[in-house]
Amino acid sequence: MTSKVAFRVLQSLGLLLCLMFSFAAPSFAQSDPKPLINALAKADFGEAEKLIGQLAATGDARLVPALNAFSEGDLYFRKSDNLVFIGKAAGSGYELIDPVTGASVGQAAKSAVTKIKINNSLRRVIRSAMGGLTLMSPDRGVRLQAADAVLRSPSAENLELLETAIAKETDREVKARMEEARAVSLLSSDRSVDEKRAAIQTIKNYGGRNAIGILMGASASLDPSLKGDVNAAIASIESGQRLWDMAQNVWYGLSLGSVLLLAAIGLAITFGVMGIINMAHGEMVMLGAYSTFVVQQVIRENAPGLFDWSLAIALPVAFLVTGAVGLVIERGVIRFLYGRPLETLLATWGVSLILQQTIRSIFGPTNQEVGNPSWMSGSFPVGGMTITWNRLWIIAFSLSIFVALLVVMKKSSFGLNMRAVTQNRRMASSMGIRTPWVDAFTFALGSGIAGIAGVALSQIDNVSPNLGQSYIIDSFMVVVFGGVGNLWGTLVGALSLGVLNKFLEPSVGAVLGKILVLVLIILFIQKRPRGLFALKGRAVDA
Amino acid sequence: MISGFVFRALEGRIVAAVGILLAIGILVPALNLLTPPDSAIHIPTYVMSLFGKYLCYALLALALDLVWGYCGILSLGHGAFFALGGYAMGMYLMRQIGSRGVYGNPILPDFMVFLNWKELPWFWHGFDWFVFAMLMVLVVPGLLAFVFGWFAFRSRVNGVYLSIITQAMTYALLLAFFRNDMGFGGNNGLTDFKDILGFSVQADGTRAVLFFMSALMLSLCLILASAIVRSKFGKVLVGVRDAESRVRFLGFRVENIKLFTFVVSAMMAGIAGALFVPQVGIINPGEFAPANSIEVVVWTAVGGRGTLIGPIIGAILVNGGKSFFTGAFPEIWLFALGGLFIAVTLFLPKGIVGTVQHGLKARQALKAAADAEKGRGDAAAVAQAQAAE
Repeated sequence: MTSKVAFRVLQSLGLLLCLMFSFAAPSFAQSDPKPLINALAKADFGEAEKLIGQLAATGDARLVPALNAFSEGDLYFRKSDNLVFIGKAAGSGYELIDPVTGASVGQAAKSAVTKIKINNSLRRVIRSAMGGLTLMSPDRGVRLQAADAVLRSPSAENLELLETAIAKETDREVKARMEEARAVSLLSSDRSVDEKRAAIQTIKNYGGRNAIGILMGASASLDPSLKGDVNAAIASIESGQRLWDMAQNVWYGLSLGSVLLLAAIGLAITFGVMGIINMAHGEMVMLGAYSTFVVQQVIRENAPGLFDWSLAIALPVAFLVTGAVGLVIERGVIRFLYGRPLETLLATWGVSLILQQTIRSIFGPTNQEVGNPSWMSGSFPVGGMTITWNRLWIIAFSLSIFVALLVVMKKSSFGLNMRAVTQNRRMASSMGIRTPWVDAFTFALGSGIAGIAGVALSQIDNVSPNLGQSYIIDSFMVVVFGGVGNLWGTLVGALSLGVLNKFLEPSVGAVLGKILVLVLIILFIQKRPRGLFALKGRAVDA
Repeated sequence: MISGFVFRALEGRIVAAVGILLAIGILVPALNLLTPPDSAIHIPTYVMSLFGKYLCYALLALALDLVWGYCGILSLGHGAFFALGGYAMGMYLMRQIGSRGVYGNPILPDFMVFLNWKELPWFWHGFDWFVFAMLMVLVVPGLLAFVFGWFAFRSRVNGVYLSIITQAMTYALLLAFFRNDMGFGGNNGLTDFKDILGFSVQADGTRAVLFFMSALMLSLCLILASAIVRSKFGKVLVGVRDAESRVRFLGFRVENIKLFTFVVSAMMAGIAGALFVPQVGIINPGEFAPANSIEVVVWTAVGGRGTLIGPIIGAILVNGGKSFFTGAFPEIWLFALGGLFIAVTLFLPKGIVGTVQHGLKARQALKAAADAEKGRGDAAAVAQAQAAE
C-alpha cells in the first residue's frame, strides 16, 4: 500500500522533473544515456534488468520520465530504426516523445511502433532505480521522499549512488534518512562484515517497528558472525518499542476516555444531577453533529473562506439548538414525570425515536459528510508514537468543557440554584427559587452540552441518525461507574474506562475487551452500588 | 395445598383470558388446516405464524410484568433471556439438520464447517436430544437470572441502577454472540432449520401445532403467574414493590423473594424465545439488542403493568400495529411508536387494562353508593349509572 503511494508520488515528481528539466542543469551527465535506453528495444527481461541498473547508475534525473513510462507500459520502439520513445496515445496513433529530453518528435502510426514488454519484477527494479535517481534532486522534499523510497525497497545497486548523495547532502534530516537507507541497503550488499556491523548499529539507532522487520529479513542472508549483533539490536529496539507501545496505549486510552467523557458529561447533569433517565441523550449528541453539518453546508455555499472556522461557529449553534430542544422536551414531557424515574426512561426513549426519525426524514438515513478543518487533520510523531491532531484537540476540548461546567456549577448563581434544587427541592422553593425554571434550564444545559459534544464527535465518527445510539449505553456506564451526581466521578470514570478498554484490547481483542469492561462494571456496581464517588447520605431508598 | 394454589389463580378474568387464548389456539390452526385456501374464513399460514409470534411476545411481556408490575424490578434485559431460550431451541434445530446442510457434515452445523472447526464444542453436546434442549430452554435463562440476581439483589442494587446494569448485561451478550469464536453462528445466528421432532418446520401441520403450543404455554404461564401473585407470597411481592425497606424490616428476606421472581420470569421469557424461533425460522444476536428489551417494557406499559392480562393485550396490539404500519407507512412507524411511549407514560400510566379496571371499579363504587342512597330503586340506580357513563 505504502509503496503504491510512494510510487504515485514518484510518478508525479517525474512529471515535475520533466517540466523542470529545461531550467535545471543535469547534475550527472557524464555519459549519454541514449544508447542504454535504445538497447531496451531488443532486450529480454534479464537484459532489461541489467540495463535499468546501468541507467540508475548514471544518476541522471532526466531519466525518471522514461523509466516511469516503461513501468506504465508506455515505452515503445520504432520498428524502422529501433529507437526507443515514450508513446502517448494521440488520435489513431501515438505521439512520440524523446525519452531523455522530453521533446516531442512527431507522430507515428500504431503499426509503426512496438510496445516494450514489462513484468512485475522489472517494475520493482524500476521503482528502486527511480528512488536512486531522485536522490540528487535539487528539491529537499524530493530527496527526502527518494531516501524513504530506497528505505522501503532497499537494494545493493543503490549503494554507491546513496554514498555519493550522502557526500553531497547538506540538509541534516535528509542526510540522516539517507544514512539509514544506506545502512539498510548495505545489509544486502557484499560489503565487509565490519561495515555491516556498523550498519546494524545505525539501523538500531533508527529504531521503530520497520527496523525490526528489516533486521529480521536480513538476518537470514547475513554472515553467521553477525547473528549476535542482529539479535542484540532487535532486543534493544523491542524493549524501547515496548515502552513507546505502552505510552501509545495510554494515549489511545485517554483519547477514547475523552470521547466517553464528551458523550457522558451532558448525561452527568440530566441523569446524574437531576435523576432523569434521559434515553434521548444520545439523540442530543446526534443533533449537535447535524448542526455542525448544516453550519458547514451553509459556509461551503456562502463563505468558503470561513471553513476553518466552521467548528467554532458550530459550537454555539449546536449548544443553542440542542439546548432549545432540551427545553421543549423538559417543558413538554419530563416535568410531568418527576418522581417517577423509570417512566422518564420510557418517555425519553419515545422522544429519542421521534428525533431519530425526524432527522432521517429530513437528511436521509445515510452518513453525512462533515469535513475536518485543516488545523484538525494530520499528525505528528513524538518519539516512537504518533499523535493525530484531531484526537489531541478532542482531549483538550473535552477537558475544557469539563472545567467550564465545573465553574458554572460551583461559581455561578445558576449553579448554586441548581445544586440547591437537587439537594432539597422544597427548601429551595421556600427560599424563593423558581424550581420549575431551574429544572428546565438544567435540563437545557445538559442537552446543550450533549450538543457541543456532538460537534466534536462529528469529527471522528459517522454522522448518521444512529450516531446517538452508539453512545447511550457507554454514557450511562460512565456516569453510573463514576458515581451519580458527581462531575469528578464522571471524569475519572470516563478516563479510566477508556484506558482500561485500550489495555485489554491488544491481549483479548476489541469486542471481548468491551464485554470484559461491561462485566467488570456490573460487578463493580455490586460492590459499590453508588459508583466510585458516591454522594454521602442517610436515605434508605434513593 | 397445590390445588388451592392453582384454584386461587383461577379468578374470573384469568379464566376468561385462558378460555379465549385456548379457543384462539384451537380455532386458528383449525381454520388454517381444515378450510380450503380459497374459502373466506381460511387463515393463511403466514398469518398464523405472525400471530404465533405475537403470542410469544405476549408471553415475554407477561414475564416482564411479573417482575416489573408486581416486584418493581424494571428489567431492561429481558430480551436476553428470551434470546437465550431461543438459542437453546435453535441449537436443537441445528442439530436436527444433520447431513442435509450445505456442507453435508452429519455432526457439525454449516457455520462450524465454514469456520474450519473440527469437532463440536462441548456446550453443543446433548442438544440433539429434544428433552435436554427443552430443559436448557429453562435452565440457561434461569441460571443467568439466578447468578445475576444473586449478586444484584444481595448488594441491594435497585431502581435505576438495576435497570442500567440489566441493560449492560444484554448489551454484553449482544457483543459476545456477535463473535464467531463463541460458537453460536456469529452475526448470522442459527437458521435454515429443517425439522423438529421429525416434522418439517415448514409444514402447515407443524406450524399449527407450534401455534397451539404458544397459546397453551401462554395460558399455563398466565395461570402460574396469577397463582403466584394471588398467593401469600404474591402479597409480600407487592409489598416489596411498594415499600421494600418496610418489608425488609418486617423480617422478610427481600433478596430471596426478588431472586425467585426474577428466575421464574426469566424462565418464562426463555420459553417464549424457544417457541418464537421455530415459527420465525431464525435466531440471531439482534435479539439481544437493548432496544428490543426496551420495546418489551413498552408493550407491558401500554397494556397495563401489574395486571397480567394487560401485557398480553399490549404486546399483541403494539406488534399488530407495528406489522401494519411498517407495511403501510414505514416512515411513520417510529413516530407512532415514539408517540405511543410518550402518550402512555403521560396519559395512561396504568395502561389500557389498568385504566379500564380503574374505570370499572369507580363505576361499581358509584353504583353501590347509588343503591345505598335510593334503597330499592333499582331502575333509578341503573338509570343513574347509565347517566354516569
